[in-house]
Amino acid sequence: MPATKTIKIVGRRTINAVWRIGMAARFFFLTLLYSGSSFRRFHLIIKELFSTGVMSLIIIIVAGLFVGMVLGLQGYETLKRYGSESALGVMVALGLVRELGPVVAALLFASRAGSAMTAEIGLMKATEQISAMEMMAVNPIARIVAPRFWAGVISMPLLAALFSAVGVFGGYFVGVVQIGVDEGSFWSQMQAAVDFREDILNGVIKSFVFGTAVTVIALFEGYDAPPTAEGVSGATTRTVVTSSLVILMLDFVLTAIMFRGN
Amino acid sequence: MTFPKGKLIAIMGLSGCGKTTLLRHIGGALKPAKGYVKMDGQVIHELDQDGLYRMRRKMGMLFQFGALFTDMSVFDNVAFQMREHTDLPEEIIHDLVLMKLHAVGLRSTFNLMPSELSGGMARRVALARAVALDPMLIMYDEPFAGLDPISLTVVGDLIRRLNDALGATSIVVTHDVQESLKIVDYVYFMANGVIVAEGTPDEIRASDEDFVRQFVHGEIDGPVPFHYPGGDYRQDLNLRD
Amino acid sequence: MERTTLDFWVGIFVVAGVAALVMLAMKVGNLGTYNMSDTYQVHAYFSNIGGLKPKASIKSAGVLVGRVTDITLDTERYEANVVMSLDKRYKFPKDTFANILTSGLLGEQYIGLMPGGDSEMVKNGDVMKHTQSAIVLEDMISKFIYNKAEEPAKSK
Repeated sequence: MPATKTIKIVGRRTINAVWRIGMAARFFFLTLLYSGSSFRRFHLIIKELFSTGVMSLIIIIVAGLFVGMVLGLQGYETLKRYGSESALGVMVALGLVRELGPVVAALLFASRAGSAMTAEIGLMKATEQISAMEMMAVNPIARIVAPRFWAGVISMPLLAALFSAVGVFGGYFVGVVQIGVDEGSFWSQMQAAVDFREDILNGVIKSFVFGTAVTVIALFEGYDAPPTAEGVSGATTRTVVTSSLVILMLDFVLTAIMFRGN
Repeated sequence: MTFPKGKLIAIMGLSGCGKTTLLRHIGGALKPAKGYVKMDGQVIHELDQDGLYRMRRKMGMLFQFGALFTDMSVFDNVAFQMREHTDLPEEIIHDLVLMKLHAVGLRSTFNLMPSELSGGMARRVALARAVALDPMLIMYDEPFAGLDPISLTVVGDLIRRLNDALGATSIVVTHDVQESLKIVDYVYFMANGVIVAEGTPDEIRASDEDFVRQFVHGEIDGPVPFHYPGGDYRQDLNLRD
Repeated sequence: MERTTLDFWVGIFVVAGVAALVMLAMKVGNLGTYNMSDTYQVHAYFSNIGGLKPKASIKSAGVLVGRVTDITLDTERYEANVVMSLDKRYKFPKDTFANILTSGLLGEQYIGLMPGGDSEMVKNGDVMKHTQSAIVLEDMISKFIYNKAEEPAKSK
């Protein structure tokens, strides 16, 4: 009976998926619940800010520069056909601030910091460090998970802002310095078209949501990983795949809510 | 089984017979399906989270491969519980940590990272960490696994001396028969989750029970068969006569 | 790593991130050029606003002087009621013309103010009486085609 077998497989997969989502939600809730102590001892968060934020700086800045430069080049080629090269600044800035900044920065963050988080926590579990901590009457969610969670949530919007800012300069470099679009119209049209609340603040909110999602996924996968070498490597892969998909889905939902009706 | 105060007790048995599970029950990481673990007058699995955490502060545990926190230095590893559970000023913590490290002979490694230590040294640091808060019960999960003969003797000797110095109760889960028979006061043998034999080291050495003899002397065949139980060998090879 | 080096790098990271945000807000966005606090509101009625949207710019002699804050349909006159927020620094005579213009052939629509000669200035809540609606491209094209179609009939 291949048909019933397929249906059974679909059913089991669905049950597993729903079960894992529930576990992740419970994990997220516990993380929030036990966050108090990590704010009282802020140096724990600072230590994690170093490994999530500072260590992601270079990849974010380099990627932002190149994405901005490509946008400048492609935008110029397209806008030239309609004789509106002066709108290049608008296109680069809006594209970065609304979409590419938060999304690409979050994707890079997931593969740089998220996978590292999963591997680190998975290894801690595999080498019984988490059990050891529990045996020492220290809650591992409060001591290990919560500081990493807040470090991720804090650094994501900052990284996305850096990405966009560097990207705008990349677009400026290619558009104005290399191709020779008028500098005045590049900046002034940009300033006229980019609204602080509508565009920049919404971009920050987006990256905040992405940061939360990526960190929760990464930490949950690490915490939930089977304590073996294959388990940890599988969990690391799942972190990157799941968080990339979740970022893109959330981006669609958020964009539909934020920018509809204008 | 009972673990009286001040004694050093070994639990021995084959791999997978439930020794580590027993330690997890004592630590409250698992809930027993049947029976109970009672420590200091309280049943462990009936405690709530706060009560369990209070109880665990009176326990120390040495994990199989040390389980040192890889992102902290040796000093921070030993200081971890003092910082988490006490409000001691940093100078006192500094002195206490160095005293604990001195007791295991590794005082001058305090600013190394765990990855820079050898297996035996890591085990000793983990031992210093386990006794950081002077617990009344210390559990050792396979403390001798994967150690060279010198480290093995050093760790065994440390376990005995720390137990006597602290007046604590120690439970050693192991399958290293010779080393543990040298240091412990009493031995329990487990197989398939139940106790099959018990006694002092001398009684165990003199025991004529088949299982104990096979285990102590490491004989290949006995009550524990060499072959995993299964069908007839000739039949599995499709031989017929 | 030493606590102080850690603090230093994290400090650099946070300062750089916040600086990027401020730069986005001031240099890329409109927070630096446009401040909503010092404005006054003026109404204008248009029979057709075309593609005018809230937040469209209001210019006089090419200088940005304010923004459209609200557009509603007045059901008594069946005309669009456009609320404009103008910068307090700029005063306009009462008979100023408000025209809906387009920047370039396909660009954004904005309101252009053509000052009149009245000695009295508009105040908060006043209505600008002289308006000119948007030029709708489709109307122009259909008018053009209609005229072309009539031409051969006339020539006969």
